[in-house]
Amino acid sequence: MKDRVKDRVNDGDVLRVEGLRKVYGDRVVLSGLDLQVAPHDVVCLIGASGSGKSTLLRCIDLLESTDDGTIWFQGEDVSDPRVDRREVRKRIGVVFQAYNLFPHLTVLDNVTLAPVRVHGVSRTDADERARSLLSQFGLAEHAGSHPDRLSGGQQQRVAVVRALATRPALLLLDEVTAALDPELVGEVLDILRRLAEEGTTMVLATHEMGFARDVATQVCFLDGGRVLEKGPPAEMFTAPREERTRRFLRRVL
Amino acid sequence: MTDWQPSALQRERLAAARRLRARSLLLATSATVVVFGVALTLLVTSPGWPRVQETFFDPEAAKDAFPEVLKGFWLNIRLFLIAEPLILVLGLAVALARVSTTPVMAPVRIAAVAYTDLFRGLPTILVIFLICFGVPALNLQGVTTSLFWLALLGLVLSYGAYVAEVFRAGIESVHPSQVASATALGLSHAQAMRHVVVPQAVRRVLPPLLNDFVSLQKDTALVAAVGLFDALGTASDTANFTFNYTPYVVAAALFVALTIPLARLTDWVGRRGRERERAGAL
Repeated sequence: MKDRVKDRVNDGDVLRVEGLRKVYGDRVVLSGLDLQVAPHDVVCLIGASGSGKSTLLRCIDLLESTDDGTIWFQGEDVSDPRVDRREVRKRIGVVFQAYNLFPHLTVLDNVTLAPVRVHGVSRTDADERARSLLSQFGLAEHAGSHPDRLSGGQQQRVAVVRALATRPALLLLDEVTAALDPELVGEVLDILRRLAEEGTTMVLATHEMGFARDVATQVCFLDGGRVLEKGPPAEMFTAPREERTRRFLRRVL
Repeated sequence: MTDWQPSALQRERLAAARRLRARSLLLATSATVVVFGVALTLLVTSPGWPRVQETFFDPEAAKDAFPEVLKGFWLNIRLFLIAEPLILVLGLAVALARVSTTPVMAPVRIAAVAYTDLFRGLPTILVIFLICFGVPALNLQGVTTSLFWLALLGLVLSYGAYVAEVFRAGIESVHPSQVASATALGLSHAQAMRHVVVPQAVRRVLPPLLNDFVSLQKDTALVAAVGLFDALGTASDTANFTFNYTPYVVAAALFVALTIPLARLTDWVGRRGRERERAGAL
């Protein structure tokens, strides 16, 4: 996994965040944050609650306006207000902490909604791809069910499939296991591990340090509204340079 | 599992529970009989009762008036059946206009706010008066002067404003995370409304909507005020002719007979919605 780092030289970054600032009223959540994500990177954002992990993800998907700085996505400055936000969001998949499936639609319709309505894929093709993805993730028999019939882990797997159905160039995952019962966390992490192995470019906000250590190509510790320290997991978890990183890791490990 | 027999303790408990249930039933029945019995006795022993019975509950007068009042009631039913879908369409359109975000929709948004503010404030009977007498006075080419259609328009405009607010409440009750996740998938605001928000909102507001329709059903009688011969208009015409008020009671009975099933349906839909919500469906 670590030799993916070599690709970075030629490929150009999928995502580059420069000096990102985000303020809610008087509260500065992000104050000049930088982040680079190369193709096939799995970037894990760690840090205390309120350190801005979720806000960063929401800014990247343009669900939040930004107060300064630049977000480059596939070589385009998407933080410019003149950018067509829908065009950008079409290329980014998001999985939320609370699944946010559409309760009135079946699992299959949840997955095919965006391909059919946004990407103009035909109903037959969309159904076919959705069913194949669902069966890859062990959800084939739930295609016709409504989300409320599924366990939390199954719902979150559907949410991942829904995000993947449009073949996004970047997948953002916001604490996707935080709302799950402990015995259901594993099944979701397993499919994320598989996505990582398949080379899916991902940015995750996570509290699952074990997962970050195994799967991440880069771990970023957010503190005080910026990336205080970053590096490959081997370095970050064994020999963090910053005192604050050490203190955080002591608390969570 | 099959060879399980209730224990002596459980059998004794079941028998006790049966006795308790029988006692509650007896108590409920006797309380009901006593209360309604007393009310009825008070009514029929009141000094004016023979007079009231004669003028309001005369079987002969009821039989004579029934065919005409029923014919009038058919007008109420037609008003209701035509107005209901129009109100739904208008209400939803106004609600969607109010929550729209596109800049070009600004005038429509303002018009929608003005419309709901105005028509929720106006008594329905006044709306019907103004439209039925005001529109023909304008002498507009091609605009109907049929009282039926003008009164119908009055009902639609008046109820449309209420129903718009019901829809809007439903739309705003859908959690913002649903919109966020639709937006994240690349859906436009209109698509998110169409495929995600409105279907959930409609399910939620079905009970209050049906309640408004129970109310519309009886408010169709307001058209009698502009001289249409609906159930009330016919009853009042007959009563004025015979000096017997029984036709009013006939009309009342017809309205109630139609409202009760719809009210029960409303209860049922509401109960089903709550059950589904408890099951986590919404």
